[in-house]
Amino acid sequence: MPKDTGIGASSKRREDVRFLTGDGNYTDDINVHGQAYVHFLRSDVAHAKINGIDTSAAEGMPGVIRIFTGKDFEAVGGLPCGWQVTDRHGQPMQEPKHPVLAHGKVRHVGDPICAVVAETLAQARDAAEAIELDLEILPAVINMKEAVKDGAPKVHDDLTSNLCYDWGFVEENRAAVDEAISKAAHVTTLELVNNRLIANPMEPRVAVGQWEKGTGDYTLYTTSQNPHVIRLLMGAFVLGIPEHKLRVVAPDVGGGFGSKIFHYAEEAFCTWAAKECRRPVKWTSTRSEAFMTDAHGRDHVTRIELALDADHNFTALRTETYANMGAYLSTFAPSVPTWLHGTLMAGNYKTPLIYVNVKAVFTNTVPVDAYRGAGRPEATFQLERVIDKAARELGVDPIELRRKNFVTEFPYATPVAVEYDTGDYNATMDKLIEIADIAGFEARAEESKKKGLWRGLGVNSYIEACGIAPSNLVGQLGARAGLYESATVRVNATGGLVVMTGSHSHGQGHETAFPQVVADMIGIPEDMVEVVHGDTANTPMGMGTYGSRSLAVGGSAMVRATEKIIAKAKKIAAHIMEASDSDIELKDGKFTVAGTDKSLAWGDVTLAAYVPHNYPLKDMEPGLEETAFYDPNNFTYPAGAYACEVEVDPETGKVTVARFAAADDFGNIINPMIVDGQVHGGIAQGIGQALLENCAYDEAGQLISASYMDYAMPRADDVPFYSVDHSCQTPCTHNPLGVKGCGEAGAIGSPPAVVNAVIDALQRGGKNVTHIDMPLSPARVWAAMNGATANEGAAQPAARDSGSAEGRSLGGQV
Amino acid sequence: MMPKTPLSFTLNGSETALFVDPGANLLDTLRRGAGDLTPKLGCAQGTCGACTVLIDGEPHLSCLTLAETVEGRDIATTGGLADGPDLHPLQQAFMEGFAAQCGFCTAGMLMAAKALLDRRPNPSRDEVIEAIGGNLCRCTGYEPIVDAILTAAARMQGRSA
Repeated sequence: MPKDTGIGASSKRREDVRFLTGDGNYTDDINVHGQAYVHFLRSDVAHAKINGIDTSAAEGMPGVIRIFTGKDFEAVGGLPCGWQVTDRHGQPMQEPKHPVLAHGKVRHVGDPICAVVAETLAQARDAAEAIELDLEILPAVINMKEAVKDGAPKVHDDLTSNLCYDWGFVEENRAAVDEAISKAAHVTTLELVNNRLIANPMEPRVAVGQWEKGTGDYTLYTTSQNPHVIRLLMGAFVLGIPEHKLRVVAPDVGGGFGSKIFHYAEEAFCTWAAKECRRPVKWTSTRSEAFMTDAHGRDHVTRIELALDADHNFTALRTETYANMGAYLSTFAPSVPTWLHGTLMAGNYKTPLIYVNVKAVFTNTVPVDAYRGAGRPEATFQLERVIDKAARELGVDPIELRRKNFVTEFPYATPVAVEYDTGDYNATMDKLIEIADIAGFEARAEESKKKGLWRGLGVNSYIEACGIAPSNLVGQLGARAGLYESATVRVNATGGLVVMTGSHSHGQGHETAFPQVVADMIGIPEDMVEVVHGDTANTPMGMGTYGSRSLAVGGSAMVRATEKIIAKAKKIAAHIMEASDSDIELKDGKFTVAGTDKSLAWGDVTLAAYVPHNYPLKDMEPGLEETAFYDPNNFTYPAGAYACEVEVDPETGKVTVARFAAADDFGNIINPMIVDGQVHGGIAQGIGQALLENCAYDEAGQLISASYMDYAMPRADDVPFYSVDHSCQTPCTHNPLGVKGCGEAGAIGSPPAVVNAVIDALQRGGKNVTHIDMPLSPARVWAAMNGATANEGAAQPAARDSGSAEGRSLGGQV
Repeated sequence: MMPKTPLSFTLNGSETALFVDPGANLLDTLRRGAGDLTPKLGCAQGTCGACTVLIDGEPHLSCLTLAETVEGRDIATTGGLADGPDLHPLQQAFMEGFAAQCGFCTAGMLMAAKALLDRRPNPSRDEVIEAIGGNLCRCTGYEPIVDAILTAAARMQGRSA
């Protein structure tokens, strides 16, 4: 019997009332009296020396308030990077400066050179047209392997090369891994590209900066997943504004998917310019700007080798990855290909020896950082693709090969430094086989054949590390921030509660799910609990929402704070009922004394806390408000198994996703409806990556997928019905809710299922194709089927079956 | 400076009159001029559908519509969809079916759906998918949106979904 309230209920989302009536308050809906508008003049070339900027004509244009260039920002800091990676030789990564406005050089298309502040946006744009730039165009580096060669043009002249770091993990295992591979009965090798993507939340980024003359206080309204992080980074490292003079508000935010974690130049600019101009300053990104300034995602080129013994046990795994950093280090960029990727290379399997090498490379492209899954999709994709290839080479069932190597005993310490606390990978695989109706596949394949289509089935497992993260551990790994979360629970006199959380909701439904937990703990209706988030002025210092962490970390902080509330409330109840604290029970919103018929309602006790006439004032302060900071002991490890069925048209190479099934283990579930939605959305993005989406640059570094005409987003007719199940539940062992996080699973688990399915379809059609790089566009699939090289214009890099990575598309290049 | 042009139209049933700059688009005019913030700016290139409004009952991308072309016409936005406190059946079905997550595409999606149901009260699933083909959603994976529109259609026709 499904619950209709509290933990486990599919409570309808209260935030929907405002979203569905158009009453949401997004940042672009905020207009401050007297605001001016800024337009950024951006580089339209990938790499150039700035020899001169002449703003004299522009300054006289109608409505212009002030024009800023890089020189105006010499006195302030650059945009900071929040993670320092140490390389194989114990040296820190190379860390370039990242000015708010370009200084001396531009390093990617979209790099801001000038900022024109004017009375209207049209006037700012017109004036920008009148600025004369003297740019000396320099050779650009786009291809990562070219970028690290001797003599390659340098993105940053003051660094020794374009190599940010060369990271080895676990370095001490390297020789043993090499030896195991050299002695293996079978080694399967795969070279692949994890295609460069653009997160594309539907709401473009917006920043509104404000400065109060009377108080000297700054306010920034911004589209952010983590307003406290922005306040700290921007205030302390860029502008030198102490936190108590700076308020950052992230109101309703229209999707993030990682791209709104980072601190961007436009936020710092609007905040700074508001004081300089004595006017509020607003910036609303155009979609084209979003394509060339929002941090991109993925962009790995990888060679992976899987060694097996004669019984098909995995004995060793070795990977070498080139990871694109773009032109500057975005806030958390260095951590993505390293600690969010290398630590996941064990997957669901008990491979004893693993070595991961990652070379992070600067190129003249937009900075690359976390996008839904961040490092974990890259790990899962290469692992689950190479296992599928191994199964084909060995002539064994790909599901059985996985099962044979599954981790089955927990806790399990991987050879890549993490410890899985719990899981049951056979259970999710069993559930997948059921919900995907794998038994019925052959019959469906016959039906497809009658239509002249080739049907293929792709299956894979995945694991991810979520609930980011134990602060002391990530501190050792180079994080320059803690990764706890916070909550303040304020009980009002008449019994209602407000939860002020450092987590941030931008579509995830915290305002609905968080109250389900608190209401359940106390035994009161959900509508007595309200959630406040997104404003540094009325939430405790918290780290925000990403890495599937809100419930596992933020929810845990809320539970801890609520536990403190309940403990104090019980003491008040004990005093009033003249009983011992330990005899007080709280159930269904009522305090009772064990073994008696005495009782007090929740509201009687909360009222006593604020009207303390009959109250133990000598022992306890009045009031009922508690704060908790929760720092997790470990990551959480959601895992599952995914299946995709595709139909391939042998005439055109067009791939249609016919069925998709996902069996996930997220531990305990608070709101099943919201979990379904998270998984659906993740799968749609994964299908987008596998079949449609590709961020492409030409050789000169021009971004040629900078609109929805060129960058193929999944639309309603591109996606299938989703069959999702999360009934396999092994609760997390180390957080109070037993939850693991569900936000990224779909995007992590789905790309290999799609690609495995297409390869299966082609093989069933008699084509000996072992790999095609994503996105599997019709031209790429047709070319692979016909032994040809796809040459299909700008947005689609050439596809080649993977004999060698040399000379083919790297880093999203055409 | 070019003179502004007087413009009057009906917005969700109310007479609206204002002055617009030459070349102003309808989205800006609604948001900045008329103060109706419900249509959203997603791309300003006619490719995402977040700004969809109805002009004389037909769905249009307000970001690509010259404001001056709506003189004397009837504009409907999501701001006028609910009947006082009562949600429109589409809004109700979207809520029950969890068809909005971040909410940013939702206003455009609802107007595209309303245009479809006004024209075809009993659409097929494929017709719904086609009708929202110009509206991007990055959160939901579309299935709940399609289901919600079909549910609303059924209810509006007095059928059970």
